Amino acid sequence: MIPELGHFAVILALTVALAQGILPLIGAQRGIASLTAIARPAAVMQFLLIALAFIALTAAFVSSDFSVLNVWQNSHTDKPLLYKVSGVWGNHEGSLLLWVFILALFGAAVATLGNNLPTVLRTRVIAIQGLIGVGFLLLLVFLSNPFERVFPVPAQGNGLNPLLQDPGLAFHPPFLYIGYVGFSIAFSFAVAALIEGKVDAAWARWVRPWTLASWTALTIGIAMGSWWAYYELGWGGWWFWDPVENASFMPWLLGTALLHSAIVVEKRDSLKAWTVLLAILTFSFSLLGTFIVRSGVLTSVHAFATDPERGVFILAFLVVAIGGSLALYAWRAPALKGGGIFAPVSREGALVLNNLLLVAATSTVFIGTMYPLFLDAISGEKVTVGPPFFTATFVPLMVPLLAVMAIGPMMPWKRADLAGTLSRLKIAAALTVSVALVTLYLSGVDQILAVLGMALGAWLIFGAATDIAERTKLFRISIGESFRRAQNLPRSAWGGAIAHAGLGVAILGMTGTLSWETEQLQIMRPGDRVEIAGYELEFDGVEPVTGPNYDAVRGTFRIYRNGRLVDVMRPETRRFSDPPMVTTEAAIRPRNFGDLYAVVGESNGDGGYAARIYHKPMINWLWIGALLMAAGGLVSLTDRRLRVGAPARRAATASPDLRAQQRAT
Amino acid sequence: MRLRYLIPVLGFVVLFIGLAVGLTLKPREIPSALIGKPVPVFDLAPVKGRSIGLSTADLKLGTPVLVNVFASWCVPCRQEHPLFMELARTTDFKIYGLNQRDEPDDAARWLDAFGDPYDRTGADISGRTSIDWGVYGVPETFVVDGNGCIQYKHISVLTREILEEEILPRLRGEKHVPCEG
Repeated sequence: MIPELGHFAVILALTVALAQGILPLIGAQRGIASLTAIARPAAVMQFLLIALAFIALTAAFVSSDFSVLNVWQNSHTDKPLLYKVSGVWGNHEGSLLLWVFILALFGAAVATLGNNLPTVLRTRVIAIQGLIGVGFLLLLVFLSNPFERVFPVPAQGNGLNPLLQDPGLAFHPPFLYIGYVGFSIAFSFAVAALIEGKVDAAWARWVRPWTLASWTALTIGIAMGSWWAYYELGWGGWWFWDPVENASFMPWLLGTALLHSAIVVEKRDSLKAWTVLLAILTFSFSLLGTFIVRSGVLTSVHAFATDPERGVFILAFLVVAIGGSLALYAWRAPALKGGGIFAPVSREGALVLNNLLLVAATSTVFIGTMYPLFLDAISGEKVTVGPPFFTATFVPLMVPLLAVMAIGPMMPWKRADLAGTLSRLKIAAALTVSVALVTLYLSGVDQILAVLGMALGAWLIFGAATDIAERTKLFRISIGESFRRAQNLPRSAWGGAIAHAGLGVAILGMTGTLSWETEQLQIMRPGDRVEIAGYELEFDGVEPVTGPNYDAVRGTFRIYRNGRLVDVMRPETRRFSDPPMVTTEAAIRPRNFGDLYAVVGESNGDGGYAARIYHKPMINWLWIGALLMAAGGLVSLTDRRLRVGAPARRAATASPDLRAQQRAT
Repeated sequence: MRLRYLIPVLGFVVLFIGLAVGLTLKPREIPSALIGKPVPVFDLAPVKGRSIGLSTADLKLGTPVLVNVFASWCVPCRQEHPLFMELARTTDFKIYGLNQRDEPDDAARWLDAFGDPYDRTGADISGRTSIDWGVYGVPETFVVDGNGCIQYKHISVLTREILEEEILPRLRGEKHVPCEG
């Protein structure tokens, strides 16, 4: 009964989305108020219906209702509750339902929170959001019904892939989808602006918070995925340049570019057509990622079960959504008049450079991801592009980007004095050079990339600190006065500085772990000792353990420092039976500026066990940096001007205090 | 309408053609049923530090053989590895290792650390041969008869049950599937 309710709700949502997508657009075009008025209630109704469907599917998973095909294929009664719930989105159909759920959530958010939007713009945005919903609901209803029944009802389910039974991964898809799908709002705003033929500062001010929220969620989602790969795959790697990872990374890169170019539209009324294009492209790459993951055109560890029909459908949808919006862009964008002019050396100039480098970086990732497919299509050659390609192309683009990142925020709008800006960064530069020299001294000339990486990371952190110090006139006025200024700084300034510093911290982490990782890979017998990173690890043997839905072998390592016992590590190898699979649970201890990482493997048959022990210096900085970046996004999101909304209204009511604040930004 | 504004949509048209062709290629790229088919044509150098490589001709020497697809980065491979070690110790069946998309050093270290049960190894660094073999994911294990005809394929970790019930009989020439073409 409940699954049927869910199924009906999805079908009803499709009809509501059709009405939401078509009628208000006609109303907005012809000025028919009764049609435009449909947009807001339709968006809310569509959300409620999909929420109902989502609850219905979750209920089926939680109650292990194996008469539902999807539950039978992906769940099991012995599974802990958390993974019964996360099983909802651990498969193609359910994850698609999550996709449309978040899409409808964002649409309803615009409908209910967008009171300060001009009616016509809001109506069109909601309508386009509705049309995107139509595409995905069609796929859900006709090709991917999550509520399909099976008969006779099986007694037990097939279980969820044990690799996915992990708290880190349970919440990885929702964050990722909030990111992907959130960019649909920027897309809808861009298409609505093209229909209207108008992009102004107010438009950018509305687009920015949605983009910022999506970007923040995507940052967390990607970091979670990377963290999961690190501790679960048992190899200590954190990024594999896998097609599906790239599919999430490309919208992130473009979303980052969009965040920055929207600032230029907002503050300087410039780069309009470019920003609209970026908004379209960012979401297009989210859609393309969906296609890559679900059509099976590229082989990947993450791929869902492939189905040619779905691939054809999603491709057709891409043609309508991406092809259609880009055609609209070709037609309407020339009409978007640019405003403020600026010198090449200026805040705008720096942001343009940021955009160019980010787009170029996205292109290299795109080429690396799609090249095997294109080569196959053209010549029948089958290749895979590995990490070496990405290291050789992506990294060199990041170096100038990072170098400029610390300088850009210090530059004034319109025209900057490069020498003057650089002179304000001289303390930061001196500190950066000392970090580089210390690194050089400690690791030697052959680790020149490590020196470069440490310098770039430090440069970003010191640059962000300088930015805040400059804005608060630290040490030039009294501390109390600086503190007051710091409190009054716009949150977006704080957010930007925190995010930039966060990237710096992450770069330090990547550099540290790539440059100074050490490993011990050997067969160990009980009593054997190995030395790593100043520690001695004694292998104590293994014991069998029984978990809720697996059996495991647990090894014990005693960690000694200078002969004194400091810690004990217990890595496990877990053997699941439904479906049959083995996973490693690495034991990880933060030690000596990094992680000690131990994995116990198989018995060699005569008392020895394959053990892998790593020391990964500074690896935690990577996740801390990613969290800082997300925190920067959140802080920026609380900025007063995003909460107040339209600048037109603000100009009318602006107090002297506000104007002073505006000048400060 | 100015031409530069057309660039994005034209770019998408190119992408669309690539994706559309890609969709049609799919069935050929990963053959679903290779049972009863001859092994693909390939010739691979051995994994670093080993001297005998692996090619199509090595699979047509008259006796059935086992081909195991493995990689150092593949965690489940470690799980089934002891079974291959045991098989190599206790039987005379030939076991060949197809090393998929691996760094030469990693593969060599892996075999040194955990033992090398393979009579021949092939380093499929580009992953192309594995695609021709229809490998979905690592590990996979094939039984090939003495004429180079694929008899059986097992996806994911090899278990003792599968080994005893499915693989060993086929290595002894039972349950033989005639080769098409």
